[in-house]
Amino acid sequence: MRATAPNPFDELMENANRLADGDTREQIVASIFQTSRHICQETVTYTKQEKQYETEKLDRIFTSKIWGFPIMLAILAVVIYVTIAGANIPSSMLAEFFGWLEGYITLLFQQLHAPSWLHGILVLGLYRGTTWVVSVMLPPMAIFFPIFALLENYGYLPRVAFNMDRLFKKSGAHGKQSLTMAMGFGCNAAAIMSTRIIESPRERMLAILTNNFVPCNGRWPTLILLASLFMAAGYTGGWKTLVTASVVVAMVIFGIVVTLTVSWILSKTALRGVPTHYTLELPPYRRPKIWDTIVRSTLDKSVYVLKRAVTVAAPAGMLTWVLANIHVGDTTVLAYSAQLLDPFARQLGLDGYILLAFILGLPANEIVVPILLMGYLSAGALLEVDSMNAIKQIFVEQGWTWLTALNMMLFSLLHYPCGTTLINIYKETKSKKWTLLSFLIPTSIAVIVTFTTTHLVQWLGLL
Amino acid sequence: MARAKLARLSDAKPGERFRITKLEIEGTMKRRLLDLGFVPGSEITVLQKSPLGDPTAYRVSYTTIALRKEESDHIYGERIGNE
Amino acid sequence: MNKKKYTVALAGNPNTGKSTLFNVLTGLRQHTGNWPGKTVIHAEGFFTYKNEEYQIIDLPGTYSLYSNSADEEVARDFIIFGKPDVTLVVLDATALERNLNLALQVLEMTDRVIVCLNLMDEARKKGMIIDTANLSKKLGVPVVPLAARNKEGIEELLETIARMVHGEIKTTPLAVSYSRAIEEKITKLLPLVKEVVGEEYPARWVALRLLDGDTSLLHALQHHRHHFFREGSAHACHCAKSI
Repeated sequence: MRATAPNPFDELMENANRLADGDTREQIVASIFQTSRHICQETVTYTKQEKQYETEKLDRIFTSKIWGFPIMLAILAVVIYVTIAGANIPSSMLAEFFGWLEGYITLLFQQLHAPSWLHGILVLGLYRGTTWVVSVMLPPMAIFFPIFALLENYGYLPRVAFNMDRLFKKSGAHGKQSLTMAMGFGCNAAAIMSTRIIESPRERMLAILTNNFVPCNGRWPTLILLASLFMAAGYTGGWKTLVTASVVVAMVIFGIVVTLTVSWILSKTALRGVPTHYTLELPPYRRPKIWDTIVRSTLDKSVYVLKRAVTVAAPAGMLTWVLANIHVGDTTVLAYSAQLLDPFARQLGLDGYILLAFILGLPANEIVVPILLMGYLSAGALLEVDSMNAIKQIFVEQGWTWLTALNMMLFSLLHYPCGTTLINIYKETKSKKWTLLSFLIPTSIAVIVTFTTTHLVQWLGLL
Repeated sequence: MARAKLARLSDAKPGERFRITKLEIEGTMKRRLLDLGFVPGSEITVLQKSPLGDPTAYRVSYTTIALRKEESDHIYGERIGNE
Repeated sequence: MNKKKYTVALAGNPNTGKSTLFNVLTGLRQHTGNWPGKTVIHAEGFFTYKNEEYQIIDLPGTYSLYSNSADEEVARDFIIFGKPDVTLVVLDATALERNLNLALQVLEMTDRVIVCLNLMDEARKKGMIIDTANLSKKLGVPVVPLAARNKEGIEELLETIARMVHGEIKTTPLAVSYSRAIEEKITKLLPLVKEVVGEEYPARWVALRLLDGDTSLLHALQHHRHHFFREGSAHACHCAKSI
């Protein structure tokens, strides 16, 4: 190889630069498109001209000035309504089944004369933590995601991005942020990776920092559970589902409002800049393979939930049981920590156990409620948690009101991203500073919002 | 072609056809627009505006592409009547 | 037994059903989306046909290969430096005009190309009749009509891939003719390109890219002259791609 200076590659580039002019790209692409057009003219015949424009006709409805937003809202509401209505029965059936099975497992432990701490760790900790996640998470997720996948495969999501673009532009963010948010409904950690579709670093950072304001897989069930137990308490049947769904929809919309506000503030301060250019393709609507999509998405989601249940909920369940059973003086480590957090938590309308559950739930949002229940149960009598009413009973005994539930929902919606998401944020941004901010910004918002809500409600005397 | 006669793509109304003459925009955005078929000589159709007034969807090479006003302001050409 | 493994690259615009085809070929269960840029990380998989093993790389869905973005560079680098045995270009038959743009670019980069005309079912529904034989003649490479989600045309595709890797298909890829000015410049630059980057890369295409001021390509070429690697940078990560 020649080792003489100048480098032959530089020489080549210089030569090329001398020959090139500003228009080269335009000429190249124009020639290519011309060639494409010629080829198409000679190989493609259109026999049904009117069929070409079906997508455009549908878009005239789905993205119309009058119907665009109402349809989006209606679709969101229907998806959530169907999820809640459909998940109720399988959830309680699973819970009953696991409760029934637990009886036999306990019996087996007794037969083997296993020590009670072993039964505690494995059954009361690991088994209960895992089965809780399965029975509460699996049914809603196995309903929500297939429906969502159908909408996605049909081609509706880019229309959402089209409809909402102006709001994102106004807040200095990228129009494709709505697509990464849609990913967030499934899993914030995956959504962080999906922000790669946004090329401008500034706008991508906005999408990363605000993604967790979209409730993920691990938080949907918490929102649904609390809404149905406390917000819709006075209603029955279809009305109950409707009220629950409305509360959850309101939460989602609130999350979007927070996303836009935070993006706006950041793009006026730490991430100053103007929105970059963007183009968005609106692909043709295509009828999805309905059955295929449902089966695949249900399987995928179920495997995902089960995997999470084993890898995250199981160890967390064990750890919580241990913390709840190691005594320091006359109190347990768990109770002691909860007491320590209590005064601060009360300011947010929560209590020490709730805050502790969020802290211990850092690895995964799925385990917040199971940890909370275990905490409460270790403090009081040990009951079987085999129905939704039993759960409510436990909460009420701990002094919960609708305000506690509301605050917990808000905190869940707004607080720091889960451990996996934080790791992904670090991997994607390669910056400790931004990873820390992605923890601090949501957390402070969660604190401020719940603090304000609590004090406002108390001041107004609504409770 | 007299320059004064050139219209901006952003001025074209839904339903109108438009023939692109030139893109007065540089860098990545220009290359992106070219890749999508916003090439001098192409004819495109204005489809509709988003519910909030911007962006606007265009039919180009049998596909639908949405552009914000910031981009369509820099695409010049002739308005060649309604579809 | 150490069988030779063939490499197949999968290129295409976003939304052409590229990932669906990938799933059908590899049997990997994966959820595919209907929006641009869905394939954030490209994936690899394997399939066996007639006792031969194939590795298939799902490149990011892009509108072109002119290195406007990281995705496009990844796709371009794999085709140029990964030297796949076959590159499949997946086209949406219902938007052929725009999609051919990418196919024509790939044809300038390699002659081992099979054009997959996907979504033929949608095209039929829209009353489009596509003369695939004529298209194939014009492009100078095989064109296989497909409806990947209905598994239509897969057998023919596999057969075509097998014949191509065994050298049973002679291709004469269409070279786009550019304006006289550009063609003259290409001619001027070509000898130097051949001398500097060597014969293993498509010289006309390299010259064209350089005229377009593509410095990233030159850097990549320089780098690969020294450390040529075949693996590319393919990493499978299906988990993070879908919700």
